[in-house]
Amino acid sequence: MSEVIVSMKGICKSFPGVKALDDVSFELRSGEVMALLGENGAGKSTLMKILSGVYTRDSGTMQIFGKEYGDLTPKQAQEAGVAIIHQELNMCRHLSVTENMFLGREIRGKFTLNNAKMEDEARAILEDLKIDIDPKQIVGDLPVSKQQMVEIAKALSINARILIMDEPTSALTAKEIEDLFRIIHKLKSEGCGIVYISHRLEELQHIVDRVTIMRDGQYITSMNFGDATMDQIIAHMVGREIKEKFPKVECEKGEKVFEVKNLNAGRMVRDINFSVYAGEIVGFAGLMGAGRTETTRAIFGADPKESGEIYVDGKAVKINCPMDAIRNGVVLAPEDRKKDGLCTKLSIRHNLALPNLDMVCNQLGIVNNQKEQALCDKAVEDLRIKTPNVEIDSGNLSGGNQQKVVVGKWLARNSRVVIFDEPTRGIDVGAKVEIYHLMNELKKQGIAVMFVSSEMPEVMGIADRIIVMCDGKITGEVMAAETTQNEILTLATAFEDKQISGAKEREEAS
Amino acid sequence: MNSKNTSPLKRLLGVRGMGAALTAFVGLILIYAAFGIINPTVFSGQNILNLLRSMSKYLLIGIAQSYILITGNIDLSIGSMVGMSAMIVATLMTHGVNPIISILVALVSCLAVGVVNGYLVGKFRLPPFIATLGTMFVTRGVAYMVNNNRNTDAIATGVGKETGDAFQNFFYYGTTLGIYNTFWIAIIIFVIFFFLLSKTRTGRHIYAIGSNIDAAKLSGVNVVVTTTKAYLVSSICSCVVGLILCAQASMGNMEAGNMYEMYGVAAGVIGGVSPLGGTGILLGTLAGAAVWQTLENGLNMIGAQVGIQRVVIGIIVVAAVLLDVVLRNGEFGKKKSK
Repeated sequence: MSEVIVSMKGICKSFPGVKALDDVSFELRSGEVMALLGENGAGKSTLMKILSGVYTRDSGTMQIFGKEYGDLTPKQAQEAGVAIIHQELNMCRHLSVTENMFLGREIRGKFTLNNAKMEDEARAILEDLKIDIDPKQIVGDLPVSKQQMVEIAKALSINARILIMDEPTSALTAKEIEDLFRIIHKLKSEGCGIVYISHRLEELQHIVDRVTIMRDGQYITSMNFGDATMDQIIAHMVGREIKEKFPKVECEKGEKVFEVKNLNAGRMVRDINFSVYAGEIVGFAGLMGAGRTETTRAIFGADPKESGEIYVDGKAVKINCPMDAIRNGVVLAPEDRKKDGLCTKLSIRHNLALPNLDMVCNQLGIVNNQKEQALCDKAVEDLRIKTPNVEIDSGNLSGGNQQKVVVGKWLARNSRVVIFDEPTRGIDVGAKVEIYHLMNELKKQGIAVMFVSSEMPEVMGIADRIIVMCDGKITGEVMAAETTQNEILTLATAFEDKQISGAKEREEAS
Repeated sequence: MNSKNTSPLKRLLGVRGMGAALTAFVGLILIYAAFGIINPTVFSGQNILNLLRSMSKYLLIGIAQSYILITGNIDLSIGSMVGMSAMIVATLMTHGVNPIISILVALVSCLAVGVVNGYLVGKFRLPPFIATLGTMFVTRGVAYMVNNNRNTDAIATGVGKETGDAFQNFFYYGTTLGIYNTFWIAIIIFVIFFFLLSKTRTGRHIYAIGSNIDAAKLSGVNVVVTTTKAYLVSSICSCVVGLILCAQASMGNMEAGNMYEMYGVAAGVIGGVSPLGGTGILLGTLAGAAVWQTLENGLNMIGAQVGIQRVVIGIIVVAAVLLDVVLRNGEFGKKKSK
């Protein structure tokens, strides 16, 4: 067997309120592609960030090429030969390929930079990888796939021997994926170790040698890819059976409240059709980047639609901007609370009142303090927002309480449809349960609830009906009570077959 | 929840941005006292009246720029609007047009600039620095063109001495209750816009888009309308300052209001208005304008040359912001070490 180049043992890492990694072990050998698998939030990215020096571990040991490392810095990790190819590419878009590859370690001549030399070196590396890119090209002008190649080339130009690829194929076409796999095979044959993180289980068979599976921040198992079936892998990934963490109330299913027909908005929202009835919560499951957030934004009018009809209580409504949606009783608690949900520099009071100013203002637009105070007090009480008073900057609250403010903004209104986009991301278990109770409360009131979540147990535990999306399309609809996580995962990975010839090449290579 | 039970003083201190505003007021008192000790005429009644009058211009400009800064933008066209307003009003009056109609024409012209600014920034998402740089040049150009690239004659030559005097007294030389009218005009406008910003829906929207434009949009705030409203406030204030300058000089000067947009930034920033948007109150701007004017006045009174005045004022602006940054970083530092 080839030598072990990375060995991590007993790695623990906590963030405030969350134990992200609990006694995790990981091993990478030279000349192999190791798939690191697990659900969203299993701790894969955290582990890899520790390996590349972005985070420091709380405890545990780490050896790279046999050398013991304590607290790595990103620079040390780079010198040790570790490079991450990020999901969101990390490049200066306005600089050329060469400039990006040599960023921070430019080769100097006597007085000026030695551009010719850098360009020659860049060209040599690109040619070696058989990548057809001119080193003088501006990175921003290249397609995403080529940018990714440049990032790989950059990693190699600093002699990286351990490459971590986080969802490298999510933005690529079939042809581009083939190119990527070719390069991965080449790197492998040269003795590099590659950690491959992907949700697309289908594509693993073309390149992967071994798999390591993580779940809930714990190491579950690792095995040779050839020894396992896909079902076994999924079973390990999903693992647990948790129902009791999710309070569920049963309601009579009532009238159809909300219906979306033929919604199209860009590549990630294609021909979406669904309806929500009174007394039910409809979960939207899928992997990250499946188009769920884009769908909610298109419904809410935050992004432009190409086509589509929306009905509330049987009446067709026109939604061109968020204001239209709010007037028609459709509201959205967005995914990224820091970016889209809160004005963090403003007080809780200002945030809670912002979308409801029409209710607390008189006709001249003057805010009525008593009405506003009453609205805020009610929200704080109903949602149990933990804060000394409502004048505190919302940015100073904990994640869970921030989320409650985001949700609380919308509960003062008599909305008909409430869309929750990842309402429990990054908040602790207690706050999660309170959010669930809240959704149940809305459900009891006959309000249509759309619940987007990437955490499968949560969707299955809270939603009555689950719509699964993949690649901008609805790939299936299941009843929560009857389905299994495996079924949902299968639907969520029902990509149109992108890779055709990779398998053959793999055989040839080995 | 328990804000009802707290004392009025505590509630006042709890108002967001009040801390910075009060700091600026304390600074104002210290500066004023220091100058007064060096030269006691600073404390004289006439000097105080002069101070209040000359401060008024900076207060109005400060209100204009503070509104824009709170939305997270900037308005470079303020000074040009001041000049255009002064030139339009003076030119019309030298041609015998009724002062009220002249004022209305000037106001509408300034509002038009505000609408253009608001749409360029709010709707077409141009960087505000660039958009208002453009309107700054265009507006100043219009100010030149109004009277064929020349300053106007005295306004009394057109509307007659009596009307001309009435105009000048109303905006500059006259007094009410012993204080110059200029100050009363500025204070009335201050109260109106203070109320608009702190008590109305429009005010809330202005803070919201300055704090987080995406969140504001998703909360149903109309970004184009709100941005435009803020630029219109800036237009109104600038127009009034143009009228004041015209009344003071009894004529229109093409260069009137030059650099005023930057004085507005200074007044706002000294008073705790963040150029990054979302924070600051007009009470701070009031203190900032007063600090600014007291410095200018005090340095004059102790016989400092223009050069040293500029140096001192520049240092004060940077020091005010530096103090803010240091205080805040100190807080953050504490949080991290916990």
